[in-house]
Amino acid sequence: MLKVWKKVIVTGNVTEPWEKSVPPERSRGEVVVEQNVACTGCNLCVNVCPTKAITLYEGSPMINQKACVFCGLCVESCQDGCLKQTSNYKLATLGGSLVDNTGSELKNKIRRVLGRSLHIRHLDIGSCNGCDFEMNHLCNPVYDIQQYGIDFVASPRHADLLMVTGPVTRNSTQALLMTYEATPTPKLVMALGACACSGDQIFGESYAIRGAVDAFVPVDIYVPGCPPRPQAIIHGLMLALDRM
Amino acid sequence: MKDYKMIPAAELRETAYQLYADGQNGLMSMFANDERQLNGNYAIYCLFSVGKSMQVIKAVLKEKGKLEFPSITPKISAAAWYEREIYDMFGLKPVGHPDLRPLALHENWPQGIFPLRKDFNIKTPVPTAKKEFPMAGVEGEGVFTVPVGPIHAGIIEPGHFRFSQAGEDIIRLDAKLFFLHRGIEKAIEGAPIERAFYQVERISGICTVAHSLSYCQAIENIAVVTVPPRAQYLRALVGEMERLYNHVGDIGNLCAGMGFAVGIMAGARLKEDIMRVNEALTGHRFLRGMVVPGGVRLDINDQLSAEIRSMLDRLMPDFNEMIELFRGNDAFLNRVETTGIVPRQAALDLGVVGVSARASGVDVDIRRDFPYGCYSALKFDVPVYTDGDVAARLWVRVDEVAQTVNLIRQILAKMPQGPLKATIPAIKPYSSGFGWCESPQGNNIHWLMVGENNTVYRLYARSAAYPNWPALTVAAPGNIIPDFPLINKSYELSYACVDR
Repeated sequence: MLKVWKKVIVTGNVTEPWEKSVPPERSRGEVVVEQNVACTGCNLCVNVCPTKAITLYEGSPMINQKACVFCGLCVESCQDGCLKQTSNYKLATLGGSLVDNTGSELKNKIRRVLGRSLHIRHLDIGSCNGCDFEMNHLCNPVYDIQQYGIDFVASPRHADLLMVTGPVTRNSTQALLMTYEATPTPKLVMALGACACSGDQIFGESYAIRGAVDAFVPVDIYVPGCPPRPQAIIHGLMLALDRM
Repeated sequence: MKDYKMIPAAELRETAYQLYADGQNGLMSMFANDERQLNGNYAIYCLFSVGKSMQVIKAVLKEKGKLEFPSITPKISAAAWYEREIYDMFGLKPVGHPDLRPLALHENWPQGIFPLRKDFNIKTPVPTAKKEFPMAGVEGEGVFTVPVGPIHAGIIEPGHFRFSQAGEDIIRLDAKLFFLHRGIEKAIEGAPIERAFYQVERISGICTVAHSLSYCQAIENIAVVTVPPRAQYLRALVGEMERLYNHVGDIGNLCAGMGFAVGIMAGARLKEDIMRVNEALTGHRFLRGMVVPGGVRLDINDQLSAEIRSMLDRLMPDFNEMIELFRGNDAFLNRVETTGIVPRQAALDLGVVGVSARASGVDVDIRRDFPYGCYSALKFDVPVYTDGDVAARLWVRVDEVAQTVNLIRQILAKMPQGPLKATIPAIKPYSSGFGWCESPQGNNIHWLMVGENNTVYRLYARSAAYPNWPALTVAAPGNIIPDFPLINKSYELSYACVDR
């Protein structure tokens, strides 16, 4: 027992404010289109993208952030230097009941009720487990999600938010629908990771994948990434709860 | 290795039993392929390790004949899941299989549609069936059933467990997996091999490097491409980093099975430190984007080497102190010792691999037994324990952390100079081959057949978790139900790897 206490005291406090850690130089985050470089429309980036996240629109590449896995192949392929990979991870967007122009009263109510104390139920319906492990890392002493009044609970009955990872597979559809039903209102749904946000774009069309999460239940928060780092998940939560 | 021993399917049992030699040689992998477009046959491949070599049986079934073959499960228990999957995906019936329930396709899948046959078009709408999915149980006075999952209490992947209980004691456990089945093997058919790599890399988050490596080495074996030495060392480096962060995290997480918060947090904190170095090295916390077909994408410089070394210097004393919290702690040892035993014979029968095998006295490690990349130039020991319990699996991991740290130091010290990538040439259509590596959970084996214009004709990805899952159903009975999370965490098997 003494050893345990000694270890705890010697280790001290390792918790960081969530924005403190800066991604290292090689970190691959958001790919941005350089505004002042002319695209020649060669289509190389479109063809090289493994998840078909790029389209050419009015003579310049447009990136579907929800399906981007940040592999950087497009940036490498571009001869004209139109694309640049940044380390930006703050890519969460709001949808459903949290969208700005509609139902603002509902939005305010949700934020009033859940804003300072949010309980999350994790729901894996097809992920590669990358997202799940990053979610796990939210609970490590470095990110310590509990310090924000946010915690994970064991049952959807106790949850305010469902954090859904993976594309909706055939075999998990029932679990998704039943868990959604079992969660009391008001409830929020977060689509976590590129698969949950974009459906079959990551793995391609398959007999076993039915689509993105928002094809089955309303999604309020999209956090893209493959997987999104813990900081990106916290960013999504803070954005949703208006605590930025 | 590239030579397959061709036999008619009717002779599969005889030939396989002969090769198996009452368990002297293990079945490593078994899968089917629809080759009707090539030669009018279905083929079933069985990969055996025979002493220091690998041997492959290729059993062929005529398209027009009866689509069945004699099951080899009655003597080779390791084949049970493989054969069920073959029946699910191709409709080739293993006659004499003791348990032919569906495996990958659940009650929602209609009878008589076989998704991995080439004439199953991916765009075909498949109606939702309402079949039964029978779970194995035990009946009798006082025996009751505890269903658990697929949605669990913790942050883990989905699987359904059915415990048959007599009081607190588990008398039988049945598992229904494949909730994460994404049909990746079918989805990438026809895709260029270098593009499909990005889907293969995403089969599992925590086995990213393992799947990437097996897949790339399969391509390189088929194309007879030699990976430049520097790339081989860099691959070994990320492979060992993957083992390191998984083992450290898994050891900490084992404590979650018994509510030992200090251990959980210590493991999680150390893991975070390693993952940050992963990102500094490869730009990705799970090491994605380093390994590519032909070599690697990124190089390492002195500054990064120094960063890795200093992480190891920080890690080891801290990690050893954490382990000291377990070693002399009676309350801890009481929970892990004699819990969840898998006897050596059961491990051999089921063809268990990796940490789980080495904890049950089976001395296997594919890095040493069938070296790939630069492993024959590196020195390491393979820790083996014989108790087969939760504690043994823990100590194997603890010892492997030390081995892995040592390996990383060797790799950094010996790193040769040179190019990073070889070009993959045009591959002769319909040539096939294996690629393998030791993932943190055990050996990971891919079999690839390349189609026209360097596309994927068929990939079979057998992860380490696949043969290990059935061992869990051996480990659980005889224990009390509160010990199940602990037993499960001592395996820490990936569901995504198995389900694909």
